[in-house]
Amino acid sequence: MPGPGSRHSGRPVTKPKNAGATIKRIFSYMSGSKALLFLVAIGILISSSVQIIGTAFLKRIIDDYLEPLIKNYDASVMAAFAYAILTMLFIYLCGAAATFMYSRLMLRVSTSTLYKIRTDMYAKMEALPIKYFDTHSHGDLMSHYTNDADAIREMLSNSVANFFASAITVIGVFAMMVVYSWQLTILVILMLFVMFNVIKVIGGKSGAYFMKQQVALGKVNGYIEEMIEGQKVVKVFCHEDASKQEFSELNGNLCEAATNANTFANILMPIMGNLSHVLYAITAMAGGVLAIYNIITLGTVVAFLQYTRSFSQPITQISQQFNSVLTALAGAERIFNLIDEEPEVNDGYVTLVNANIDEDGNITESNTRTGTWAWKHPHKADGTTTYVKVEGKVEFDNVVFGYEENKTVLNGISLYAKPGQKIAFVGSTGAGKTTITNLINRFYDVPDGKIRYDGININKIKKDDLRRSLSMVLQDTHLFTGTVMDNIRYGKLDATEQEVKEAAKLANADSFIRHLPEGYQTMLTSDGANLSQGQRQLLAIARAAVANPPVLILDEATSSIDTRTESLIEKGMDSLMKGRTVFVIAHRLSTVRNSHAIMVLENGEIIERGNHDDLIAQHGKYYQLYTGMFELA
Amino acid sequence: MIKKLMGCLGEYKKYAILTPVIMIGEVIMEVLIPFVMAAIIDTGIQGSGGTAYTVKMGLLMILMALLSLCFGALGGKFAAKAGMGFAKNIRKRLFDKVQDFSFYNVDKFSTASLVTRLTTDVTNTQNAFMMIIRMGVRAPFMLVGAIIMALTISPDLSVVFLVAVPILGIALVLIVTQAYPRFREMLRRYDAMNASVQEDLTNIRVVKAFVREDYENKKFQEAADSVRKAQIAAEKIVLLNMPIMQLTMYGCIVAILWFGGNMVIGNTLAIGQLSSFISYITQILMSLMMLSMIFIMIVISRASISRIVEVLDEDIDIKDDTADTSLKVASGDIEFQNVSFSYAKKDDNLTLEHIDLRIHSGETIGIIGGTGSAKTSLVQLIPRLYDVQQGTVLVGGHDVRDYEIDHLRQEVAMVLQKNVLFSGTIKDNLRWGNKDATDEEIIEACKAAQAHDFILSFPDGYDTDLGQGGVNVSGGQKQRICIARALLKKPKIIILDDSTSAVDTATDAKIRQAFKEKLSDTTTIIIAQRISSVKDADRTIVIDDGKIVAFDTHDALMKSNEIYREVYDSQQKGDE
Repeated sequence: MPGPGSRHSGRPVTKPKNAGATIKRIFSYMSGSKALLFLVAIGILISSSVQIIGTAFLKRIIDDYLEPLIKNYDASVMAAFAYAILTMLFIYLCGAAATFMYSRLMLRVSTSTLYKIRTDMYAKMEALPIKYFDTHSHGDLMSHYTNDADAIREMLSNSVANFFASAITVIGVFAMMVVYSWQLTILVILMLFVMFNVIKVIGGKSGAYFMKQQVALGKVNGYIEEMIEGQKVVKVFCHEDASKQEFSELNGNLCEAATNANTFANILMPIMGNLSHVLYAITAMAGGVLAIYNIITLGTVVAFLQYTRSFSQPITQISQQFNSVLTALAGAERIFNLIDEEPEVNDGYVTLVNANIDEDGNITESNTRTGTWAWKHPHKADGTTTYVKVEGKVEFDNVVFGYEENKTVLNGISLYAKPGQKIAFVGSTGAGKTTITNLINRFYDVPDGKIRYDGININKIKKDDLRRSLSMVLQDTHLFTGTVMDNIRYGKLDATEQEVKEAAKLANADSFIRHLPEGYQTMLTSDGANLSQGQRQLLAIARAAVANPPVLILDEATSSIDTRTESLIEKGMDSLMKGRTVFVIAHRLSTVRNSHAIMVLENGEIIERGNHDDLIAQHGKYYQLYTGMFELA
Repeated sequence: MIKKLMGCLGEYKKYAILTPVIMIGEVIMEVLIPFVMAAIIDTGIQGSGGTAYTVKMGLLMILMALLSLCFGALGGKFAAKAGMGFAKNIRKRLFDKVQDFSFYNVDKFSTASLVTRLTTDVTNTQNAFMMIIRMGVRAPFMLVGAIIMALTISPDLSVVFLVAVPILGIALVLIVTQAYPRFREMLRRYDAMNASVQEDLTNIRVVKAFVREDYENKKFQEAADSVRKAQIAAEKIVLLNMPIMQLTMYGCIVAILWFGGNMVIGNTLAIGQLSSFISYITQILMSLMMLSMIFIMIVISRASISRIVEVLDEDIDIKDDTADTSLKVASGDIEFQNVSFSYAKKDDNLTLEHIDLRIHSGETIGIIGGTGSAKTSLVQLIPRLYDVQQGTVLVGGHDVRDYEIDHLRQEVAMVLQKNVLFSGTIKDNLRWGNKDATDEEIIEACKAAQAHDFILSFPDGYDTDLGQGGVNVSGGQKQRICIARALLKKPKIIILDDSTSAVDTATDAKIRQAFKEKLSDTTTIIIAQRISSVKDADRTIVIDDGKIVAFDTHDALMKSNEIYREVYDSQQKGDE
């Protein structure tokens, strides 16, 4: 039965690099349930022993009771026989109870372990810098939650207990065999040697083919995904036959690899099972001879034969589970690698506090929300703390930045934004507009001392507080599953319904929201697919408005709102921007016209700056763009 | 439903039939082996048979075991062949079917759901199928065979089965029926959890900008905890399998030892028979267990099978069976005669209403209109990506439905708004337009689309690997490659559906200039947001709410059309 939720994807099977350390680490996740684990171990021990003891009873019953009773009936022996049967029943009951107990407890341990691993992984993911997400695909990250976590789940809930139970059974059975008859045990050892070789050969082949299958499956699934994603393009270019043919080839390769892999997996069981029959027959012959010469008893032979039967199954099980354990360990290793990633640097010590300002301009910290904010700046040198009012003054001082080394995106940007000013960035795609705004909120870090916020080096400000003081409306509008209300409230989690509605009105979103089937309670699904791009942007603007920050960054916030609607919401935008420092990035020059300062960017440099009239008068690039009736894209 | 899928067996049918047949051979051996075991103990070791008999029977048993081994291995091999071949054929049929899907069919299923159907659902079906052909016959045969053998040994003792089998059977049925809805619930929550991770990933910048990491963490913890609880609720039921099985088995063993033991004492049963009876018990109970697993498999895979069949059964709505193969597109004339169109294929839900339109070969036509005004819907009818609800679309003087689709789309190139590049080199992608294109033709098309220069700026030039989905180029570069790709078709009509939105204006203007110079015979249709993009067009269609409100030159529209002027003004504010 395939594990519930197992998603077969093309991730090739990889062996764990350091299995020992990974196992240790998984166990460390279980350390909270040490007592439970101990009980599980005891449960497994009892459960496995009961099977061995049960077979031992078989010998006793045959040798001590049945054989004598056949010869002559004796009531006291008969009573002992009945007593033995009852004892056996009791032992068996204990065994079943132990099985029940340990599997229930193991379920508890494994689910809570998985829970811990998942939440740890998620928490780490949240703490990673944006750069990490730039360099790792969503698909790869998602597969940690699906494939890798699933493999661990599979291992914890099936393999681990089975593995130990099987191992105990094998050891126990072997021990009993030695006790019963060393002569027959030698035979068993010889046969075991054969069996292990069979496992080695078949298991090895199966493993190799399995990996080949995974690679082929990955190719097929990748191709399917790509072609279906581009299905409409395929249609437009009449590429159907070509893609069918290519698919057919990949599909054929997969079939071949999968057939090989499954053949070896399928034949392992019948081979092992029947080898144990051969072992049985050989043991029976040898045992029969030994019994005839009275070297061992009949009961011993019967019990020994029974043991040979219960030998092959656990061995097969261990060998079958070996692959899935390796897969799980490799998955766990990948998850732990994620958990070990360096989180975003967050060593700022300047914090954002609510403040009261008296008539003389003295700032004092307040515990309640005052509507006024201040930076609390402790000075290590003299142990004093100063307060600076949050106004939204932003300075760039010759900022040089590149996402990768030796590939600068910004070459010496300097700018100064006074509180309440609207600063616009204009320039073609890739000129570095978005990069500038990403530096202000420290999505990416620049070397020390280059960017100052209200006169404070932003590297000294605690990241969370820095970002709280800024609101962003991003180029791609992303919404969350939830109601419209929830989505706007994302900007300020404790916003009242009234505040949310006011923000929506400010963004001119109120009227369309009212027209939605459930108004503010309308559920948005899968990234707000039931809204138009423009409506989603309006929601994003409302979300930023409700946060009510001193600094606002609008990165193409109105690009999907058609120009007619944009002129309608202009008033709302104006009142939203009023009294705040605003950074605007826009394609449409009409959007940025009334800015206090417009920066024209090219190749990471500011080539022109000034207000609209200045720039028009300069007859430079801006003038060209503006009068050339071109608009930037 | 199942029948439909069985058609996919094809050349693997023989393996699918051989597998259970061979399995029967294995079952017969496996059922007989304990019988021989009993003979070895009773007659050979304990009875009068002596060493010779023991050896004889032992050799017989080895022979049987080897036979059984061969049967089992062959069965495993055939099952793998049948199962994987079956999966291959299903996958192939599904893929081919999806390739034949029209836009309407693609819209109906979401991309993600189609991918799941071709991947996970096929794998589920394949696993279930292999299990069924291996075990579906084996388990019941084993059950019957073992019961028969047990009855032959001792009908009286077999009464034990009469008690045990129904108890285990009922327990298993209860477990399966109880577990199934719980597993579904767990899967549902699991999917919801993963969906929220996915959402967080795409929204990571919003999360960070609003400092909502803790909030998201809490949200995820709740989701993960609800998965954990659902997993416990589901698995705790399935866990009962083991102890219940053990309980029944142990109960049977004890009962057989007691009653059988008494029979041994009364000399109506031999000791070897007693121990082989225990073997049969194992076989019987194991078969029951196997049957319940098959049952679970069928239930789980049923959903997958129905999702696969749904795709296979989908009616493809655009066909060209009746097309005239000799009919060729003669010119770039386009005519709409009273065309109405509906995505839902309903007369009362029209996206386009009563459109009449004539475009002459070689004209450059602009289309302007707000979001949702049906600009894209209009042009999609020309290469027959959708069929009209009413009226006729004519290309080159003939109804588009009279042409062979491949030919029509060869002559009517369309650059989609949501465009895609495929993994491979830039050249591979460009060759989609014309697989036999020479290097000169490719360069020429790229020059017209203003892509040549930036392509050469890559270290590998035209052989640059794009990666899946064209991740290695920027949005504007991607759009230009897509335009070049369409140009390589050398079509009579080319449609650009907002295809330069990420291209900067200067380049956009150059592209239009190149079109004008090099493609003067080609009918060009440009959908655009910006008036500047359509200002130089011969004529421009203004579309609003599914209706054409004006169709004229820029100057005339400026005078006569209010919407056009409003759009113009909103983009040109500042011309004080």
